[in-house]
Amino acid sequence: MSTISRASDRISRYGVLLLALTLVGGLYTAFYAPKSSATEQQPASSQSMAVKEGRDLFLTGCSTCHGLNLQGGAGGPTLIGVGASAVVFQVESGRMPLNAGEVQAPRKQPKYSVAEVDQLAAYIQSRGGGPTLPPGSLTDGDLAMGGELFRTNCASCHNAGGAGGALTYGKYAPKLQPASPRVIYAAMQHGPESMPRFGDNQLSVAEKKSITRYVSYLTKAGQPGGNDLGRFGPVPEGLVVWLVGIGSLVVLTLWIGNRA
Amino acid sequence: MSATTHDDGPVLTGEPIAPTTLGGKAVAGSAAWMDDRISGSNFVRRSLNKVFPDHWSFMLGEVALYSFVILLLTGTYLTFFYDASTREVIYAGSYLPMKGITMSQAYASSLDISFDVRGGLLMRQIHHWAALLFMASIVVHLFRVFFTGAFRKPREINWVIGVLLMILGIVEGFAGYSLPDDLLSGTGLRIAYSIMLSIPVVGTWVAFLVFGGEYPGDAIIERLYAIHILLVPGIILGLITAHLMLVWYNKHTQFAGPGRTEDNVIGSRLFPAYAAKAGGFFFLVFGVLAALGGFAQINPIWNYGPYDPSQVSAGSQPDWYVGWLDGSSRLMPNYEIRELGHTIPLNILLPAVVMPGILFTLMIVYPWLESRFTGDKGYHNILDRPRDVPVRTAVGVMSITFYVVLLLSGGNDIIAHVFRVSVNHTTYAGRIGLFVLPPLAYVLTKRVCYALQRSDEELLHHGIESGTIRRLPSGEFIEETVPMPVPQRLALRGVESDRPMLQGPTAHGVEGHATGPGHGDLHMVETAPAKVRGFFFEKKASGSTAAPRPESSTPELETSGRPSQPE
Repeated sequence: MSTISRASDRISRYGVLLLALTLVGGLYTAFYAPKSSATEQQPASSQSMAVKEGRDLFLTGCSTCHGLNLQGGAGGPTLIGVGASAVVFQVESGRMPLNAGEVQAPRKQPKYSVAEVDQLAAYIQSRGGGPTLPPGSLTDGDLAMGGELFRTNCASCHNAGGAGGALTYGKYAPKLQPASPRVIYAAMQHGPESMPRFGDNQLSVAEKKSITRYVSYLTKAGQPGGNDLGRFGPVPEGLVVWLVGIGSLVVLTLWIGNRA
Repeated sequence: MSATTHDDGPVLTGEPIAPTTLGGKAVAGSAAWMDDRISGSNFVRRSLNKVFPDHWSFMLGEVALYSFVILLLTGTYLTFFYDASTREVIYAGSYLPMKGITMSQAYASSLDISFDVRGGLLMRQIHHWAALLFMASIVVHLFRVFFTGAFRKPREINWVIGVLLMILGIVEGFAGYSLPDDLLSGTGLRIAYSIMLSIPVVGTWVAFLVFGGEYPGDAIIERLYAIHILLVPGIILGLITAHLMLVWYNKHTQFAGPGRTEDNVIGSRLFPAYAAKAGGFFFLVFGVLAALGGFAQINPIWNYGPYDPSQVSAGSQPDWYVGWLDGSSRLMPNYEIRELGHTIPLNILLPAVVMPGILFTLMIVYPWLESRFTGDKGYHNILDRPRDVPVRTAVGVMSITFYVVLLLSGGNDIIAHVFRVSVNHTTYAGRIGLFVLPPLAYVLTKRVCYALQRSDEELLHHGIESGTIRRLPSGEFIEETVPMPVPQRLALRGVESDRPMLQGPTAHGVEGHATGPGHGDLHMVETAPAKVRGFFFEKKASGSTAAPRPESSTPELETSGRPSQPE
């Protein structure tokens, strides 16, 4: 008796939940979703052109692994809802298309031009939304604040000099020098592989722009003091003092030692 | 140009030649003025005539001395601008990414040295490279002293002073590494604090005593500054003086060679030959360091940023001379004991306190250990060739291998990243390598020593290959050999006669050669210490103790001395 009533109780509770969810989802679709598409930057016509071009690129180059409907498959994850910034990070840095199964997708020579990346991104964005790069310059943040935020949030894996570093079992935080501002910003939004995602609640748009500016400064501007030895710190310094310092001085002692 | 001095060095006598030039008169005049007051001419003359033997490896210690001089000079320059204060300031210097950042006065002044003081960055970089070179040259000098047996009686005290200098160098270097108060040095200090905490019972109090309370506190930078520029360099300077005075007093060791005995020194006089050479060498060391300081960036403190306990950078490593302790801590599994409300963190205590304690103690007592095991209490002014004492050489290479495994493990994340291997696997490799490689290195080195001894014997017995090929009546081709010239012969044979010559197992009959006669019998009658002694010197199918080699029984010109080829 009591078992049945408890079971029917549960069913009715699920029913209510289902109803509520449908309602919320419906309201969202009715009011919120159209509003978000209305805020898109580009005019609808060129945007839809980009989506169409992007779809063609996607079907040719990406659908084998990610599925004809972005649903994913054995080879790759679903792309529904990953957003345009994920595309910018993965494709513009050459990580996608992937060569072969590795511990981590390595940075490669990009297969697509920036324009094509944008088309792909528009297509992916049109299927489920997700984070997108903010409008305007990505490097107009505050340099000093960017440095401080970089050392707090990024340097523990990417190294204070941006040289990258090892993670567990062959994974790694890559060197930052080759990354473009778009890729740097997109990485924070997207949180690829082992990297945490820094949503706008963790780091505001201004803060992310500051970090992007600092990383570009750190890796592109020349460093004082001569060759930076890969920016790995004391390990290459020790290597240099033994190979170059002691090495050359031993050769010199051999030279002087012969001249008695 | 060579000269010999016997025992105390005879004072050369001769008619003083009156100086004729103006400069000569001035020198002679002021020398006479000095002599009238402190009558040092005897001492000066004896000193200038002091003879030093010539060998390239004797100059390695000088590299350390000259690095130290350069450290003093560049360090003095840095003290003009460095401000050891933990007072918080807002940076207003010329490095853009730091503008407006709150930092300690120590870090701000280090940035100023790097960006706003003329020549400051070059001085800082030369200073830091010189510190790394100071430690590295101490280590290669140590290798030379160890492998040639230069630490034996009467030079044990100087060995101990040398080891103390090395340990003080590590302390001094670490203090200097901590002074800029950047993220890297703060991370290092935090680890030093944790190592102190790991000492049972007193750890907390030791750490509080050193840091003036909880980490990081506001006292440590000022304390380290006083230690770094006053206390430790003072002690190092004093010990260097003692080190050199003992070299003076005991005289320099020399390798075996023509005319060289335990009671003389053959080489160049201090003045002018050695003085010129050493003076020139100072400038070569300075040149190498200036080139490094000018062309190779070291410790870019502006990338690390001011110290903030909430931050840490990937690839935070100590300078190389502390790297082995970082490595031992990385290899140590995560063990700790929790008893009676106390935690004893073995994972830090063993690799960072106990292990270096044991190793430094072993290093200090090594001369006595060896003399106890070999029973060799004699004076030694003639150096060993490393191959002639295979066990010592093998122990040395074994220790170096152990050290290198630790050192590489200290940088295993960089190695893993650069060579694209798993950092976990480098740790496992280090754990296995630490116990497998040193014994392997020991065995291998001993074998190599025996092989080198054998090739020496070959040269002594059969002479040097002349390049002249002759055909024998039998049709066999042989290469004629010429006897070794006497100087080389003497250099090879050394002074082995006053080493305890035991008829122990000679080279274990490697490669099917006959072992010493009565091999088995001797083993039966040998006393235990003698066995140990035999273990240490077990060597050398040499001279009287050697079994006749099968080839040497046949006349030299009739066969090649090599096994004939099968037809």
